[in-house]
Amino acid sequence: MKVVYFAWLRERIQRPEEEIAFPSSVTTVREALTFLSGLGENYAYAFEKPEIIRAALDKKHVKPETLIAGAREIAFFPPMTGG
Amino acid sequence: MSSPTPITIRVQDADFDAAAEVARLVAGRCDIGGVVNFIGYCRDEGGTLAALELEHYPGMAEDELTRISVDAAARWPLLGLVVIHRYGRIRPGEQIVLVACASANRRAAFEAADFLMDFLKSHAPFWKKEHRVDGSDGDWVDAKTTDAEDLSRW
Repeated sequence: MKVVYFAWLRERIQRPEEEIAFPSSVTTVREALTFLSGLGENYAYAFEKPEIIRAALDKKHVKPETLIAGAREIAFFPPMTGG
Repeated sequence: MSSPTPITIRVQDADFDAAAEVARLVAGRCDIGGVVNFIGYCRDEGGTLAALELEHYPGMAEDELTRISVDAAARWPLLGLVVIHRYGRIRPGEQIVLVACASANRRAAFEAADFLMDFLKSHAPFWKKEHRVDGSDGDWVDAKTTDAEDLSRW
Protein backbone atom coordinates (compact mmCIF):
# COMPACT_ATOMS: atom_id res chain seq x y z
CA MET A 1 0.00 0.00 0.00
CA LYS A 2 1.19 3.53 -0.75
CA VAL A 3 1.88 5.42 2.48
CA VAL A 4 2.23 9.22 2.41
CA TYR A 5 3.36 11.65 5.11
CA PHE A 6 2.96 15.39 5.51
CA ALA A 7 4.45 18.31 7.44
CA TRP A 8 6.63 17.35 10.44
CA LEU A 9 5.74 13.68 10.03
CA ARG A 10 7.32 13.78 6.57
CA GLU A 11 10.37 15.58 7.93
CA ARG A 12 10.88 13.14 10.79
CA ILE A 13 10.45 10.06 8.58
CA GLN A 14 12.62 11.77 5.96
CA ARG A 15 10.53 10.76 2.99
CA PRO A 16 7.23 11.96 1.52
CA GLU A 17 5.91 8.53 0.57
CA GLU A 18 6.79 4.87 0.30
CA GLU A 19 5.31 1.50 -0.56
CA ILE A 20 4.66 -0.67 2.51
CA ALA A 21 3.50 -4.29 2.51
CA PHE A 22 1.57 -4.44 5.77
CA PRO A 23 1.42 -7.90 7.36
CA SER A 24 -2.03 -9.50 7.39
CA SER A 25 -2.25 -8.91 11.15
CA VAL A 26 -2.54 -5.17 10.43
CA THR A 27 -6.23 -4.50 9.75
CA THR A 28 -6.95 -0.99 11.08
CA VAL A 29 -5.48 2.49 10.69
CA ARG A 30 -4.31 2.36 14.33
CA GLU A 31 -2.53 -0.96 13.72
CA ALA A 32 -0.89 0.44 10.59
CA LEU A 33 0.41 3.39 12.63
CA THR A 34 1.74 1.06 15.34
CA PHE A 35 3.42 -1.12 12.69
CA LEU A 36 5.09 1.91 11.07
CA SER A 37 6.31 3.26 14.41
CA GLY A 38 8.30 0.02 14.82
CA LEU A 39 10.23 0.46 11.55
CA GLY A 40 13.03 2.54 13.06
CA GLU A 41 14.07 5.43 15.25
CA ASN A 42 12.83 8.09 12.84
CA TYR A 43 9.42 6.37 12.62
CA ALA A 44 9.23 6.03 16.41
CA TYR A 45 9.99 9.77 16.70
CA ALA A 46 7.39 10.68 14.06
CA PHE A 47 4.67 8.63 15.74
CA GLU A 48 5.69 9.27 19.38
CA LYS A 49 2.32 10.91 20.09
CA PRO A 50 -0.10 8.67 18.15
CA GLU A 51 -3.14 10.34 19.73
CA ILE A 52 -2.53 13.59 17.82
CA ILE A 53 -1.81 11.97 14.42
CA ARG A 54 -4.57 12.18 11.79
CA ALA A 55 -5.06 9.73 8.95
CA ALA A 56 -6.74 9.52 5.57
CA LEU A 57 -7.57 6.50 3.40
CA ASP A 58 -7.73 7.25 -0.31
CA LYS A 59 -7.81 10.97 0.54
CA LYS A 60 -10.73 10.81 2.97
CA HIS A 61 -10.45 11.46 6.73
CA VAL A 62 -10.72 8.25 8.76
CA LYS A 63 -10.73 7.23 12.41
CA PRO A 64 -8.07 4.97 14.03
CA GLU A 65 -10.47 2.00 14.05
CA THR A 66 -11.22 2.20 10.31
CA LEU A 67 -10.28 -0.93 8.35
CA ILE A 68 -7.55 -0.44 5.74
CA ALA A 69 -8.51 -3.38 3.52
CA GLY A 70 -9.11 -2.33 -0.10
CA ALA A 71 -7.50 1.11 0.22
CA ARG A 72 -4.79 2.11 -2.26
CA GLU A 73 -3.29 4.96 -0.25
CA ILE A 74 -2.99 5.73 3.45
CA ALA A 75 -1.83 9.14 4.66
CA PHE A 76 -0.61 10.23 8.09
CA PHE A 77 -0.31 13.89 9.11
CA PRO A 78 -0.43 16.29 12.06
CA PRO A 79 -3.56 18.34 12.87
CA MET A 80 -4.23 20.72 10.00
CA THR A 81 -3.34 24.41 10.14
CA GLY A 82 -4.67 25.94 6.93
CA GLY A 83 -6.79 29.04 6.50
CA MET B 1 -36.22 21.85 -5.81
CA SER B 2 -33.85 24.80 -6.06
CA SER B 3 -31.00 24.69 -8.52
CA PRO B 4 -27.64 23.61 -7.08
CA THR B 5 -25.37 26.37 -5.80
CA PRO B 6 -22.52 27.17 -8.21
CA ILE B 7 -19.35 26.24 -6.30
CA THR B 8 -15.83 27.23 -7.34
CA ILE B 9 -12.88 25.57 -5.55
CA ARG B 10 -9.26 26.31 -6.38
CA VAL B 11 -6.01 25.23 -4.72
CA GLN B 12 -3.12 27.13 -6.29
CA ASP B 13 0.32 28.64 -5.65
CA ALA B 14 -0.56 31.85 -7.51
CA ASP B 15 -2.14 34.86 -5.82
CA PHE B 16 -5.83 35.61 -6.42
CA ASP B 17 -7.88 38.72 -7.19
CA ALA B 18 -10.76 38.81 -4.70
CA ALA B 19 -12.57 41.64 -6.49
CA ALA B 20 -12.50 39.71 -9.77
CA GLU B 21 -13.81 36.57 -8.02
CA VAL B 22 -16.73 38.50 -6.50
CA ALA B 23 -17.45 40.15 -9.86
CA ARG B 24 -17.59 36.68 -11.46
CA LEU B 25 -19.85 35.43 -8.65
CA VAL B 26 -22.48 38.13 -9.25
CA ALA B 27 -22.09 38.54 -13.03
CA GLY B 28 -25.42 38.42 -14.85
CA ARG B 29 -27.44 37.78 -11.67
CA CYS B 30 -30.14 39.96 -10.15
CA ASP B 31 -31.18 37.62 -7.32
CA ILE B 32 -28.08 38.12 -5.15
CA GLY B 33 -28.59 40.54 -2.25
CA GLY B 34 -25.19 40.29 -0.65
CA VAL B 35 -21.74 38.74 -0.86
CA VAL B 36 -19.61 38.09 2.23
CA ASN B 37 -15.96 37.92 1.42
CA PHE B 38 -13.29 36.66 3.85
CA ILE B 39 -9.59 36.99 3.00
CA GLY B 40 -6.95 35.41 5.23
CA TYR B 41 -3.50 37.06 5.14
CA CYS B 42 -0.03 36.05 6.28
CA ARG B 43 0.91 37.98 9.47
CA ASP B 44 4.51 39.01 10.27
CA GLU B 45 4.15 37.94 13.94
CA GLY B 46 5.63 41.14 15.34
CA GLY B 47 8.26 41.40 12.62
CA THR B 48 9.77 37.95 13.31
CA LEU B 49 8.25 36.02 10.39
CA ALA B 50 9.88 36.12 6.94
CA ALA B 51 7.43 33.76 5.25
CA LEU B 52 5.05 30.86 5.70
CA GLU B 53 5.52 27.63 3.77
CA LEU B 54 2.13 26.08 3.10
CA GLU B 55 2.13 22.36 2.41
CA HIS B 56 -0.98 20.59 1.15
CA TYR B 57 -2.21 17.13 0.21
CA PRO B 58 -2.92 17.41 -3.54
CA GLY B 59 -6.30 15.99 -4.44
CA MET B 60 -7.51 15.67 -0.87
CA ALA B 61 -7.27 19.44 -0.34
CA GLU B 62 -9.61 20.08 -3.28
CA ASP B 63 -11.92 17.21 -2.22
CA GLU B 64 -12.23 18.46 1.37
CA LEU B 65 -12.85 22.08 0.32
CA THR B 66 -15.56 20.78 -2.04
CA ARG B 67 -17.13 18.61 0.67
CA ILE B 68 -17.21 21.49 3.18
CA SER B 69 -18.65 23.81 0.51
CA VAL B 70 -21.40 21.32 -0.41
CA ASP B 71 -22.24 21.08 3.34
CA ALA B 72 -22.48 24.88 3.56
CA ALA B 73 -24.69 25.05 0.47
CA ALA B 74 -26.99 22.44 2.03
CA ARG B 75 -27.29 24.40 5.29
CA TRP B 76 -27.78 27.93 3.91
CA PRO B 77 -29.60 29.22 0.80
CA LEU B 78 -26.45 30.28 -1.03
CA LEU B 79 -26.53 31.57 -4.60
CA GLY B 80 -22.82 31.13 -5.19
CA LEU B 81 -19.67 30.16 -3.36
CA VAL B 82 -15.94 30.55 -4.02
CA VAL B 83 -13.11 29.03 -1.99
CA ILE B 84 -9.48 29.59 -3.03
CA HIS B 85 -6.57 28.36 -0.91
CA ARG B 86 -2.93 28.98 -1.78
CA TYR B 87 0.08 26.78 -1.10
CA GLY B 88 3.84 27.34 -1.30
CA ARG B 89 5.87 30.22 0.11
CA ILE B 90 3.74 33.17 1.23
CA ARG B 91 5.19 36.36 2.71
CA PRO B 92 3.67 38.67 5.35
CA GLY B 93 0.98 40.86 3.84
CA GLU B 94 0.17 38.33 1.11
CA GLN B 95 -3.19 36.62 0.77
CA ILE B 96 -3.58 32.96 1.79
CA VAL B 97 -7.27 32.12 1.50
CA LEU B 98 -10.49 33.51 0.04
CA VAL B 99 -14.02 32.50 0.98
CA ALA B 100 -16.84 34.34 -0.80
CA CYS B 101 -20.52 33.52 -0.21
CA ALA B 102 -23.41 35.03 -2.15
CA SER B 103 -27.00 34.93 -0.94
CA ALA B 104 -30.30 36.77 -1.27
CA ASN B 105 -29.95 37.96 2.31
CA ARG B 106 -26.91 38.84 4.41
CA ARG B 107 -27.38 36.44 7.33
CA ALA B 108 -26.92 33.28 5.28
CA ALA B 109 -23.82 34.70 3.60
CA PHE B 110 -22.20 35.79 6.90
CA GLU B 111 -22.95 32.49 8.63
CA ALA B 112 -21.86 30.31 5.72
CA ALA B 113 -18.53 32.17 5.39
CA ASP B 114 -17.89 31.75 9.13
CA PHE B 115 -18.79 28.03 8.96
CA LEU B 116 -16.58 27.49 5.91
CA MET B 117 -13.53 29.05 7.59
CA ASP B 118 -14.01 27.03 10.81
CA PHE B 119 -14.25 23.72 8.95
CA LEU B 120 -11.55 24.60 6.44
CA LYS B 121 -9.06 25.24 9.27
CA SER B 122 -9.58 21.87 10.93
CA HIS B 123 -10.50 19.60 7.97
CA ALA B 124 -8.72 20.81 4.84
CA PRO B 125 -5.24 19.20 4.59
CA PHE B 126 -2.95 22.23 4.73
CA TRP B 127 -0.01 22.77 7.08
CA LYS B 128 1.95 25.95 7.80
CA LYS B 129 5.66 26.10 8.51
CA GLU B 130 7.27 29.34 9.70
CA HIS B 131 10.46 30.79 8.25
CA ARG B 132 11.98 33.40 10.57
CA VAL B 133 13.52 36.77 9.70
CA ASP B 134 16.76 35.77 11.50
CA GLY B 135 17.22 32.92 8.99
CA SER B 136 16.45 30.13 11.47
CA ASP B 137 14.14 27.37 10.41
CA GLY B 138 10.96 28.04 12.31
CA ASP B 139 8.42 25.59 13.65
CA TRP B 140 5.39 24.00 12.15
CA VAL B 141 2.37 25.98 13.32
CA ASP B 142 0.41 24.13 16.01
CA ALA B 143 -3.33 23.67 15.63
CA LYS B 144 -5.11 25.93 18.09
CA THR B 145 -7.11 24.35 20.90
CA THR B 146 -9.82 26.89 20.05
CA ASP B 147 -10.26 25.25 16.61
CA ALA B 148 -12.30 22.44 18.20
CA GLU B 149 -14.41 24.97 20.15
CA ASP B 150 -15.00 26.88 16.91
CA LEU B 151 -16.39 23.69 15.32
CA SER B 152 -18.72 23.00 18.24
CA ARG B 153 -20.55 26.28 17.41
CA TRP B 154 -22.09 24.53 14.40
